[in-house]
Order: sequence, then C-alpha cells, then structure tokens
Amino acid sequence: MSKRIEVRDLNVFYGNFKAVADVSLTIEPKTVTAFIGPSGCGKSTFLRTLNRMHEVIPGAYVEGEVLIDGENLYAANTDPVEVRRQVGMVFQRPNPFPTMSIRDNVLAGVKLNNNRISKSDADDLVKKSLQGANLWKEVKDRLDKPGSSLSGGQQQRLCIARAIAVSPDVLLMDEPCSALDPISTLAIEDLIDELKSDFTIVIVTHNMQQASRVSDKTAFFNIEGTGMPGRLIEYGDTRTIFERPSVQATEDYISGRFG
Amino acid sequence: MALVLSAPPAMRKLSRGTLWAVVALSLLLSVGFFSLLVLSGASKDFNIVGAILVAVILYIIVTFGMSRFVEGRRKATDRLATALVTSAFIVALLPLVSLVYTAVANGINRFDGDFFNSSMRNVVGAGGGGLHAIVGTLEVTAAATVISVPIGIMTAVYLVEYGKGRLSRAITVLVDVMTGIPSIVAGLFAFALFALFFGPGIRFGIGGAVALSVLMIPVVVRSTEEMLKIVPNELREASLALGVPKWLTVVKVVIPTAIGGIITGVMIAISRIIGETAPLLIICGMSTSMNYDLFSGRMATLPVFVYTQYSNQGTDTQAYLDRAWTGALVLILIVMVLNILARILSKILAPKGSR
Amino acid sequence: MPVAPSATRPRSRQRPGDVLFSGAALAAGILILVALAAVTIFLIAQALPAFTANPADVSKDGRGFWSFVVPLVFGTIWAAALALLIALPLSIGIALFISHYAPRRVAVTLGYIVDLLAAVPSVVFGLWGITVLAPAMQPVYVWLVDNLGWIPLFAGPVSGTGRTVLTVAIVLAVMILPIITALSREVFLQTPRLHEEAALALGATRWEMIRMAVLPFGRPGLISATMLGLGRALGETMAVAMVLSPSVIISFALLTSQNPTTIAANIALNFPEASGIGVNVLIATGLVLFLITLLVNSLARFIINRRKDFSGAN
Repeated sequence: MSKRIEVRDLNVFYGNFKAVADVSLTIEPKTVTAFIGPSGCGKSTFLRTLNRMHEVIPGAYVEGEVLIDGENLYAANTDPVEVRRQVGMVFQRPNPFPTMSIRDNVLAGVKLNNNRISKSDADDLVKKSLQGANLWKEVKDRLDKPGSSLSGGQQQRLCIARAIAVSPDVLLMDEPCSALDPISTLAIEDLIDELKSDFTIVIVTHNMQQASRVSDKTAFFNIEGTGMPGRLIEYGDTRTIFERPSVQATEDYISGRFG
Repeated sequence: MALVLSAPPAMRKLSRGTLWAVVALSLLLSVGFFSLLVLSGASKDFNIVGAILVAVILYIIVTFGMSRFVEGRRKATDRLATALVTSAFIVALLPLVSLVYTAVANGINRFDGDFFNSSMRNVVGAGGGGLHAIVGTLEVTAAATVISVPIGIMTAVYLVEYGKGRLSRAITVLVDVMTGIPSIVAGLFAFALFALFFGPGIRFGIGGAVALSVLMIPVVVRSTEEMLKIVPNELREASLALGVPKWLTVVKVVIPTAIGGIITGVMIAISRIIGETAPLLIICGMSTSMNYDLFSGRMATLPVFVYTQYSNQGTDTQAYLDRAWTGALVLILIVMVLNILARILSKILAPKGSR
Repeated sequence: MPVAPSATRPRSRQRPGDVLFSGAALAAGILILVALAAVTIFLIAQALPAFTANPADVSKDGRGFWSFVVPLVFGTIWAAALALLIALPLSIGIALFISHYAPRRVAVTLGYIVDLLAAVPSVVFGLWGITVLAPAMQPVYVWLVDNLGWIPLFAGPVSGTGRTVLTVAIVLAVMILPIITALSREVFLQTPRLHEEAALALGATRWEMIRMAVLPFGRPGLISATMLGLGRALGETMAVAMVLSPSVIISFALLTSQNPTTIAANIALNFPEASGIGVNVLIATGLVLFLITLLVNSLARFIINRRKDFSGAN
C-alpha cells in the first residue's frame, strides 16, 4: 500500500513569485514525516505539490520532479486526478460535504467519481474506513445524519475516513489539528500512529510537541525574508532534529527563539 | 454643516403623548374636512387617499412648528426629517394598497369556475374565460425557462469556475448590458430574428419564449454567479483531493451546495418574466381560442389577455373590464406564490449545519 | 484550464469529461456574446429600410424617419425624467426609513413589502393607472389648471380623462420606486458604523448624522441607482401604452389631452397593425430606444465600478 516519495530539485511558483526553492528529500514508506517551520515558509505549499493540489490555484506551477515509487507525478502524460487518488489529503479545517450524510461523506470518493458499488460493498467500506479513523463506535447509529452534525474533532476524523476510503498510498495532512481542541488533537495523533502501518504519512504542523510526538522524521523549512522563497533547511530523524540539530536556525526555531 | 452648538432652550422635549395627540388631531381635521366636502356635495365619494395625504401634511407642519418653538431649530429639523422620511414610506404604500385592493375588488367578480374552464372562443359580451391565456402563459414561460436556465447556469459556471482574463470580463459586461435591454426591444429582436426565416407575419409561442429568454438569462446568470461564489473553496479542494475530476466536482459538490440559492434565483427570474406583456404582444400575438402548440399560430398569454380585454372592449364594457381585472388578479397571485415559494425553498434547501 | 499560465510547461493530460464540461460552460458564455451581437445585428438589419426608404412612406408628414422619431425620443425622456423627479425623493426617504428609522425587526418585512411592488406586472400597473389613478387625479388637474394655469407646465386645456403625461409619470414612478429603494437601502446600510457613531458622539441629531455620514457616503451608489431606475422607466411599455392618450407632439404641458408619447408605447400600440415599411420604422425606433437605455445603463455601471475602486473597504 504505502510507497516511497522522492523529491528532486523542486521549485514552486505562484505566477512570477517563487514560493519554494530547491527542495530535495526522500520519504520512506510507512513512516510519519513532519514538516515544521515558521508561517509562510512554504511547508504547506510544498505539501500540496505532493498530490498536485497546488496547481488548483490559478497561475501556480512547479519545476522539478516528484517520484512516487519511481513514477514522476509531473511527467507530461500524468493525469493529476489519478495522482490525487493515489495521494490523499486532509485539510486544516474539517470540510465534510454539507449536503451529504456521514455515510455518503465516507463514500464521496467513490460516488463522486460515478463508480458503481453494491450496497454490501459500500457498507463494508464505510465500516472499514470509519473503523480505520476511530470513528465507527461514535457514529455507527447515525450514519444518515449530516456530516456537519458532528463535533469538530469527529468531523476531522470523518475527513480522514473519507480520505482513506479511496485507499491511497500516501496521506498528506495540512495542520490537521490546528482547528481542534486538545482532546480531539490527541485522538487524531493516536490515529496517525495507527495509520502509519498502512500509509506513508506526511504532516504539516505548527506544533513542535506534536511533531516530536507523532513523527519519525522531521523536515525544517525556513524563509530568509518576505518575498524570498522558502527553503528546506534540515531533514533527518525527529530525535536528531529536536535534540542535536546541525543548523543554528533549526535550533533557534525549536527552542522557541523565533517563529 | 450647521453644528454650532447654540445652547438648548432648557431641556424641554415634546413627549410621545403630545406627538400622538397631534397625529389624532390632524387625522380628525382632515377627515372632517373631506366629510364636509361629501356632505356639501362638492365631491361624490369620500376621498381616503386625499384625507391621508392632507393629514400627513398637517402633522408635519404642526410638529415642526411645535418643535421649533419648544425644542429649538436643530431638534425641529430632525423631527421634520423623521416625519418626511416616515411619510415617504406611507405615501409609497398607498399605490400598493390601492392596487391590491382594486385588483381583488374588481377581479373577484369573475374569479369563478368559468374563468378557469373556458376560453374566449366565440364569446362576445359576458361569459368566457382565460384558460387559453393561462395555458399559453404557462407554456411560453416554461419554454423560456427551459432555454434560459441551462444557458444561464452554465454561463455562471464558466464565469466562476473556469473564466479568466478578457473573455470572462467581456461576458460579465455583456450580461450587464443584457440586464438593461427594455422588454419591448427583446420582443422586437425575437420578431426580427424569426421574420427573417418565416416572413413578416410570423406570430407564435416559441418566439415569445425566445424574447423572454433574452430578459431571463441575465437574471439567472447574476443570481447563480452570486450563489456559486459563496460556496466555500474548501469543499472544492476536498473533492479534488479525493481524485474527483473538476467537472464532477462542479456538478456533484459545488452546484448541489448552492442549489437552494440557484432555485430561488430562477423562481424570482420566472416571476419577473411571467408578467411581461410587450414582447408577447409583438411576437405571440393574441388569440381567443386554445392553442397548445408553441410552434404554430398565435398564442394567448395572460398579460396580453389582460391588455386586450381592456383595450378592445366590446359593447358589454363591464364584462371585458371584469375579465381584465380577474386576469390581473390571477397574474398577481401567480407572481406572489412564486415569490413566497422561492423564499420558502431557499430556507429549506440552505445547506444545514454551521462550521 | 482554458488558459495555460505558462506556455513553456508541458500541459497535463485532460480528461474527456473535463474538456466536455468546460467546453459547454464556455459555449454558454459565448452564446451570450452571440445573442447580444444577434440582437444588435438583426435590429439593425430590420431597421435599415426605415433610413433608406422614401421619406413619404415613413411618416405621415413626409419628412422622413428622424422627424418621426424626435418627438418620440422627447416623450420617452420627458416621461422618464418626470417619473424620476417623483420617485427619487420618495425612494431616498423609504430607503432611509428602512435603513435608519424603522426598528430592525420590522425593517426586513418592510423591505419585502417594497420588493412586492417590483413584482407586480406592468400590465397590472397600466390597468390600475387608467381605471383608478387617472380618474382620481382628474379633479386635481382641473384645480391645477384653473388656479395655476399661468405656469406653462400646468397650461390648459385640461384633459377630461386624466390620461396625461403626469399620470403616466406617477405610474412609472411607482414602478421604479422599488428598484431605486432597494439599491439605495443597500448603500445606506453599508455606511461605516464608525462614521455614524463619530457623528452621534459629536452630539449630532439623527438627521444631522444622516447628512454628515450616510448621504455623502452613499452618493455614488445613489447616482447609479437613479440611473438604473431611469433605464427602467425609459423602456417601460405597457403602463404608458395603456394610460396615455397619445399624440405625436413636443410639449411640456403636463395636464392636457395632447401628450407626447414614448418610443416603447408607440411600438406596442402600432406594431400589431403595422405592415411593410411601418414595421421597419417601428424597429428602427426600438433600436434608438436600445441605444438610449444602453447609454444610461453604461453610465450607471461606470459610476458603480469607479466607486468600487476608491471605496477601498476591502
């Protein structure tokens, strides 16, 4: 299921503005990788290039290569839609579809693509995905209620269930806990730990404790000043980054001297 | 700006009671005056509108005078403004009330089974009805809706989801221009278009539908555009990130989320065009018989029915006027029902739950 | 994506569904371009004979199209201007009443009521104008002519039916009232609260606050609302056609039975019986009307857009 991601010399642009420069890194299968760094350093932008969500914004484009198990996402004949089925994404604010029930939200990836699915298969998929997202017990009696009737933390887990229902290889999470309370945050962090056995997970976070708790590897991004592109400063095992960073800026950021 | 603070002549103030007393007094005087006119034989009926207008003017003058004397110039000006603004609203209500009252009072005479069951075929004088016109209006309006809604919604989708640069700006401007086309010009356009193919005597229902579409499309585009714009971008991203192609995202996520507002907009647009008379007069013509076929022959429509009943009164004038008013009443009712339905639907279909 | 942001990058593969759907959306947009072009072209094509035909066939006095259309243009503008003169102060009053005087809960309902006026079909207004308003105004007109007849506007002889240009103007005013009201209400409600509170804090009365803060802020919006109302009044057909007792003259007198008619009403009244060159002449007048309303509406849009630029709120 999970796959290796290799990024080579990636530059990301919004029109003429270069937002991220010269990123190269390799993400191993079945690991959790955290992207940390100050606001505006390009970590979210970079994350969105890993499933080509970046180019949804008009004028945005990318130079360089992103390989998933050796296949370049940005090759000329690659269909971005296929890429996104392979690489799922969870967003900062929980965004269940307001017009759909909890059940339909989980099945959204199947149904929105006009794929036929038998009722029993659908039931199995809903159960499996909700169980995978640690939400099954809480919602199994009200699957027909609208997704927006859940609490914020439950909504976010619903969004995770929705993402894993299309069985991607990689799961991208863009600050998934920043809109949640501490208890819901903890539930999501536990979930990430479980999901790791099936998926390659990349998570952007502002919360350094969170990064140290959930991730195996950590990448620190920084920006030299406004109008300058964000760069990857340091990438390595989470323990190394947090305990013995090799770059001064990383240490300053981690010890809370800026950002 | 005259904000020089002249010391207020003490803190004297006109009480609410005083003001209401002035209202009562002005009404009494005015009603008395107009009653006197009736009694003396100077006018036949009691003039309600005149009485209200005179009472309002009286009230404004008296309060201004009193306030000027008791509370000073600035406060008096303020009271004058309040009185004028309030009376502007009352004056504007007069025609609405009068219109609705007249339509109901006169329209009720023929608001009977016959009116909804028969056409004007071979009717001279009393009797007959507007069924043919009602059917015609429903057909022409339905056809106009079928033409306008897909074009209008797809144009809005283009402008919100795909459009960039010059073309989209040009279309926006032209939709604005279309909004301002006078309805009679839309009728002339439909006539000019079809006369080219079918000769200058052409009159048929579908021509009316085309003319009404010219009026309806810009309204649908505008309202749909507004609705699509308020669909949160996060929903589009959520769908795209699931590997759903953009067009399915628009069809199955964006439009369903906005559907309440879109339907409301369409219903409002229908209620605007269903009462249009001028273009139909030109391209649909008028007929006294039932004609179900949009594509051939003159077709009666309710607004044109009202107009012709009034303008071509036969010997039994009252019968024609009654039918005209009943037609008008039916039109008003249809428009009201559409408007109310639109409001209810927009409430029901609004996306539930807040995030 | 119809426009590639950069030509140097390879375009990614497009799905057939996406191509089809965005193509359909684009087609709908282009259809609007085409439709408007068609309106203009067909109107011009059908109007052309009116300009080239023998002047004797075009109008009764044999002086050709322009002498035929000038009184109509005058009537159109005259009636619309009168309507505006009546509707504007009333609309501003109503809008202020709803936005700044009425209690908040009532205000919404009052807004609906005014909007209902906009929903009444014009043919019903016409019917009301001729059966209710015209007879009701007639005695007033008699009085005006008797007592104020020395003012050219109120010159006699008075109309015996009340079907004068002033009655038409009142009906038109009632019809454009909701349009101007709705727009000015919006503008008044957008007045920054800070400006209003600053004025009130200075000890201004409510009216002084409105004069200092609300009206200056809303002026551009008011102007464009007025223009849109004017555009509507210029093109209104049935109310004029039914109420007015028309003749082809240029006259400022408000109360006589000799009234200048409007382009739209003239078309509605004469089109059903017109034939041959008469049809072309009527279409040509329609074209003139189209150009006039286009001018007025463009002016309104221009003012709205200019305001957007310097309001700088967002």
